[in-house]
Amino acid sequence: METGTTRVKRGMAEMQKGGVIMDVMNAEQAKIAEAAGAVAVMALERVPSDIRAAGGVARMADPTIVEEVIKVVSIPVMAKARIGHYVEARVLESLGVDYLDESEVLTPADEVFHINKREFTVPFVCGAKDLGEALRRIGEGASMIRTKGEPGTGNIVEAVRHMRVINGQIRRVTNMSLDELYNEAKNLGVAYDLLLEVHQLGKLPVVNFAAGGVATPADAALMMHLGADGVFVGSGIFKSDNPEKFARAIVEATTHFTDYKLIAEVSKNLGTPMKGIDIATLTPAERMSERGR
Amino acid sequence: MRIGVLALQGAVTEHIVSIEKTGAEGLPIKRVEQLEEVEGLIIPGGESTTIGKLMSKYGFIEAIRDFSNQGKPIFGTCAGLILLAKQIASGEPGHLELMDITVARNAFGRQRESFECDLDVKGIEEPIRAVFIRAPLINEVGPEVEVLSVYKDEIVTARQGNLLVSSFHPELTDDFRLHQYFTDMVEASGTTA
Repeated sequence: METGTTRVKRGMAEMQKGGVIMDVMNAEQAKIAEAAGAVAVMALERVPSDIRAAGGVARMADPTIVEEVIKVVSIPVMAKARIGHYVEARVLESLGVDYLDESEVLTPADEVFHINKREFTVPFVCGAKDLGEALRRIGEGASMIRTKGEPGTGNIVEAVRHMRVINGQIRRVTNMSLDELYNEAKNLGVAYDLLLEVHQLGKLPVVNFAAGGVATPADAALMMHLGADGVFVGSGIFKSDNPEKFARAIVEATTHFTDYKLIAEVSKNLGTPMKGIDIATLTPAERMSERGR
Repeated sequence: MRIGVLALQGAVTEHIVSIEKTGAEGLPIKRVEQLEEVEGLIIPGGESTTIGKLMSKYGFIEAIRDFSNQGKPIFGTCAGLILLAKQIASGEPGHLELMDITVARNAFGRQRESFECDLDVKGIEEPIRAVFIRAPLINEVGPEVEVLSVYKDEIVTARQGNLLVSSFHPELTDDFRLHQYFTDMVEASGTTA
C-alpha cells in the first residue's frame, strides 16, 4: 500500500475534470458552492479582487477558516500557500487540505525557487502562462496545472492568452522531430524527458484547468472550448449579486459548454457580474501573473 | 459493441481509452437520448455530489433506471459506485438507488490517505493495481450481491446481476482487465445489436 504516488496525486486532479472549483471565504459560502455543484472549494481569507484592493502582503489563510470549511463540506478542500513557502504548505497539509495551490495570488515568499512538491503526500496545483512554466512546475512535482490568467480582474483576456499559448506550444512540440526537441527543451528551460512526454502524449501529462478572470458562465464555457479540463472561479461568484444562482449557472455552462441555448438560459437575470478591470490599466507590479517563473 | 461513459463531470476520457483497449467503442454521454445508442454504461469517478445534481437536473435518474431495468449493464467506479447505491451510510439520500449496497463516502479519509495497492479480484487471474482516491467503501450488501474483492476486510468490488461497482479507479492504469470483465458482461447480457 502506497500513499502520495504520482498516480494517486495526478489521479485526484483527473477526478475534478469537467468541474468548477470555487473560491470561498467561510463555511457558509463553502456550503453554497457545494450545493451548486462545485467539485472542490478553495478556502481563502480574501478572494483575489479583495487582495488586489487591500494591497500589502497576502499570506496563507488563517487555519481556522480552512478547518471550518473542511468541517462543513464533503467535497475536496484546497488552499493556497505562497510561492516557495515550504512551511505554509506543510501547515496546510497537516490540516488535511486535499490539494495545495502554490499560488501567485499570494505575495511570493521566494523570488527564485518554488517548493519541491515531490516531497509532499498532498498534491499541488500551480499556475502557468506558457509551456515552459507548466513543465517546470510539473518537474518540481505539480500534479495539476492551471492558467495564471489575471486573478481578481473579472477579465478573461489573460486566461485566454495563457491557454492559447500553452496549447499552441504543445501543438508545435508534438510535430517536432527528436533532434528539434533537444533544442526546444533548452529554449523552454525544461527537462528533456518531460518535453518528450508532451511530444508523445500531445498534451500535458497532468490536467490543465483555466483560472484567473472567469466572471460569467460564458467565460467558463469559452475556456472549456479552448481546451481547459475544468475551471477555477475566484472572485466571480461571491462578488456577484446572487452567488447561489451564479454558481449553479457556471457549473452547468462548464458541463454543457457547447450547448449555447442552455448557456443562454442559465445566463438570464444573473444580476450584475463583478465590475472587472481593464488589464491595460494595471502596472507591471500589479500583475499577479508576473510572479513566479 | 458500444459502451457509453456518463460525461457530466469526472474522468471520462480515461474510461473511453480503457474501453477502446477491449475492442469496444466508447462514447461520451451528455444527454439522455444518447443512452439509446449504447449497450452498456459506465458512471465514472468524479465528485458524486456534482454528478448527482447534474443527473437529476437533466433527467438521467429515470433514464438510467430504465436502462438498467432493460437488463443493460452499468459499471460504476468510485463516485459511480456511490451513485448506484441504494443507501449512503451518512443518511444522505441515494441517487439512482439501483444496487442493494450501503456505501460510506470518503471512507479512507482525505486525499493524503489516498493510495494504490495490488488487489485480487474474483474472476480475474492476476492481481490488479488498484488506485483509491478519496474512495468510498461498501459497508453492507444485500443477498443478491456478489462480493468480488476485499481490501483489509472491506468490500471494494461487487456485482449484482447487470450492475458492477468498484471503489477504486481501474481507468487510471493501463490494465484494462476490469473493463474487459465489464464488456464481457455486456456481451453476455444479449442486448448488443
